[in-house]
Amino acid sequence: MTMKITEDSPPILSALDRPNSYIGRSVPRPNLARLTQGRAQFVSDLTLPRMAHVAFVRSPHAHARITGIGTAAAKKAPGVIAVVTGAELAQVITPWVGVLTHLKGIKSAPQYAMAVERACWQGEAVCAVVARTRAEAEDACELVEVGYQELPAVTDAETALDAGTPVIHPELGDNLTFERVHVAGDPDEGFKDADAVVETTFVFGRHTGVTNEPRAIVADWNPGDARLTAYHGTQAPHMMQNLFAKHLGLEEHQVRVVTKDVGGSFGIKVHTYADEMATVALSKLLKRPIKFVADRIESFVTDIHARDHRVKAKIGVKNDGTITAWEIDDLTGIGPYSVYPRTSGIEANQIVNLTGGPYTCPNYRARARVVFQNKNVMCQYRAVGHPIATAVTEGLVELAAAKIGMDPLEIRRRNLIPDDAHPSSGPSGIKFEALSHHETLAHLDAMMNYAGLRAEQKRLRAQGIHRGIGFASFIEVTNPSAAFYGVGGAKISAQDGVTMKLDAQGAIICQTGVTEQGQGAEAVIAQVAASAFGVPIEQVRVITGDTDNTPYGGGTWASRAAGIGGEAAWQAGKALRANVLTCAASILQATPDELDIRNGLVVNRATGAERLPLAELARIAYFRPDTLPPGFQAELMATRHYVPRAWPFAFTNGIQASYLEVDIESGFVRLIKHWCVEDCGTVINPQLVDEQIRGGVVQGLGGALFEHCLYDERGQLLNGNMADYLVPMAAEMPDIEVGHVVTPTADSELGAKGAGEAGTAGAPGAVMNAINDALRPLGAKPLTDMPFTPGRILHALGRV
Amino acid sequence: MSERFHDITVTVNGEEVREHVDARKTLVDFLRDDLALTGSHVGCEHGVCGACTVRVDGVVVRGCLMLAVQCDGARVETIEGIADSNEIADLQQAFIDRNALQCGFCTPGMLLTAQELLRSGAVPSRDTIRVHLSGNYCRCTGYQAIIDAVEAVAKARASE
Repeated sequence: MTMKITEDSPPILSALDRPNSYIGRSVPRPNLARLTQGRAQFVSDLTLPRMAHVAFVRSPHAHARITGIGTAAAKKAPGVIAVVTGAELAQVITPWVGVLTHLKGIKSAPQYAMAVERACWQGEAVCAVVARTRAEAEDACELVEVGYQELPAVTDAETALDAGTPVIHPELGDNLTFERVHVAGDPDEGFKDADAVVETTFVFGRHTGVTNEPRAIVADWNPGDARLTAYHGTQAPHMMQNLFAKHLGLEEHQVRVVTKDVGGSFGIKVHTYADEMATVALSKLLKRPIKFVADRIESFVTDIHARDHRVKAKIGVKNDGTITAWEIDDLTGIGPYSVYPRTSGIEANQIVNLTGGPYTCPNYRARARVVFQNKNVMCQYRAVGHPIATAVTEGLVELAAAKIGMDPLEIRRRNLIPDDAHPSSGPSGIKFEALSHHETLAHLDAMMNYAGLRAEQKRLRAQGIHRGIGFASFIEVTNPSAAFYGVGGAKISAQDGVTMKLDAQGAIICQTGVTEQGQGAEAVIAQVAASAFGVPIEQVRVITGDTDNTPYGGGTWASRAAGIGGEAAWQAGKALRANVLTCAASILQATPDELDIRNGLVVNRATGAERLPLAELARIAYFRPDTLPPGFQAELMATRHYVPRAWPFAFTNGIQASYLEVDIESGFVRLIKHWCVEDCGTVINPQLVDEQIRGGVVQGLGGALFEHCLYDERGQLLNGNMADYLVPMAAEMPDIEVGHVVTPTADSELGAKGAGEAGTAGAPGAVMNAINDALRPLGAKPLTDMPFTPGRILHALGRV
Repeated sequence: MSERFHDITVTVNGEEVREHVDARKTLVDFLRDDLALTGSHVGCEHGVCGACTVRVDGVVVRGCLMLAVQCDGARVETIEGIADSNEIADLQQAFIDRNALQCGFCTPGMLLTAQELLRSGAVPSRDTIRVHLSGNYCRCTGYQAIIDAVEAVAKARASE
């Protein structure tokens, strides 16, 4: 059977193009078979001897003082092993505060593994019940009697800073978590120069990741070893090792974090969750393995939420299309605590950083305020801040284009940073090494047949069919250096490593600090390792997700695994090749320079003639080293690390387009087609990049059209289940065409940047612009309030 | 009088199992917790996500919406048994080749639901495939690769 493999990527031609190179090829991922056979090892599948299950009693109130916890009945319930209150657990695990020093002025209050005196959001755990089975633990939870004195709930971000609003953490003085103001160029002069000014308010609904496998952890404290092993569905095992150790009062070497298969992450599984910290503490307290798997209801009220922003925004434009100024005022409510350790200030900070980023206009005024409220916490979720900054920027650009009567691609051509103007910077001061806005736009224009679509749109309009075309140019933060978290004091590694060794049969084993949650990191590491070293990819085994057995690293988030982990693999492969060739030269009485490794064989570099199979070299080096020259020691293992140093981030760029139809009678939107042309530098595996883009686009489409955590004024989540919280399903989603432009980063030899978040970054803005393009001739008020539900569309049309 | 625990006999992946089960236990919890067949996953526990999809007497059902006691005397097939039988070997390979799975958590349910559609032998349209799979949630792929893989298998089977 021949499979359709996308062939959008141009061939990669560079020093990377070694004989039998896998770089630039759509090699299938090595570990998929088990996932298709029901033989995966998700944490939720794991059972250990003496393992018990924990269920949590959670606050039904958004804000309440805990006046007492009666545990007697629960302790007597069948199967119950222990009932532990927040105050009792606080003796085992210390609280944390989610602040970083590089977010100037950010503040938060100590957060405990379980509420001690006060619950600050609906869903915060107040008591733990440990039992033989999860069902028995849940039964006993119903017998725990918690006394609550309900307190006023702060739920509206708009009034959170008002004098009359209660302060959630009185010791902080007010409900302001973080504020950033940034002024660049001369925005006042810019707006004065404008022929037209567009001012509007964009609203982004709070939504969440809805990983198919909920958060899961099995914590196993073994007093005999004085060691905790946490089997944890996380994106960042070394970060969690550090945090478990720190808050349990252990040394890092006393904690091992093991992460096998993870059922979806998207940034949801890169944070500290109170109930997971409680689970490791319970294991330490009870000296046995404890399992916690969030159920779906718990997931909705405790997995981080994101994107709940209100952005007042303004753009100035001349009649020739020149953008003269930008202004934004962002407000976001992040729940009662800034999430540890990455903080809940980053999303707003990114919005300030990224708004206006693709364009040359330097006149920019921005303010972002982050406030506390009594709702579930918000933090970094796939494409952190990008969908908001992109929708605001691109929404303004298309509204301005409409106002001056200019084509939306033409206004972009006149304002996007020229491809030959790099290095350059954005209005917030962010630095761009090399971007390709104009080339990606030209590629998109041709790929979608823009002129043809416009003609079709016009023809159908005459028949009463209302279709829209919308665009979103974007930039994406990838390959973050220590500037992202490390400089702020978080022990989150920006560097990553790969250890590569030749086994005794000539295969290579790669251990890496980057992790796999489905993105294809293992495939990418295998491809790079096989190419750099010179073996068939079938002879590469990649080991991830085990702090005992991988180099110290950051894990997989912020589109870093291919660019950072991949470069470490490239360097490790080169180093091991050099070591192996030194050994081969010793055996063959040649010089290393005369030799190479290709397709699993040591060959003559000039002619490619076989000199020595790797299996034979390994046999000699491991079992007959006595036959090697005196004083020669073979070193068949090499480790290399990499961290971006020249640039804080490897920015990527691209442009998306949405083509859709609005049923003006029902308000329903039908997505017809979606396009994305992006530039992530060197494409290691075109298929994996394309599928990251497609999956990311659909996640963005969900936010644009369906997903919304609906809270009432008392802080109660109204739709915290999968029947009421709508996610994209197969029938509503369009086919997505993906194209590439390749501008490698010079910061690494591999030249790869990230691609994990580009789809999510651009899709909501493109859909918003397409809906407004469809409805504009009908006189509808521009829609800027996501998600764009049928009700909102009918309202904009004046029909309801 | 209703008893809380019941003795049931179920043929699971061709093997007869006799168990004493709590009346409230769902089929998927029975398979996972009592029989250690962890290939069927628990995603939403209320019949929306399709991660727990299994076959009962040849019909695709949600393991979270059926009780284990309802399966007394029934023939239950899970991804483990169906994979071992090679019934869907071509579909599994198509998913691998097309990268129609990322985290893989939805994949067992997605494969069983797709096989239900493909068993008729017809070559469904892409829209038909999308609608048929629209009760199975995948957060990673955006679905297109899954549709491609199912379509490719339908065509390949039809041409055999």
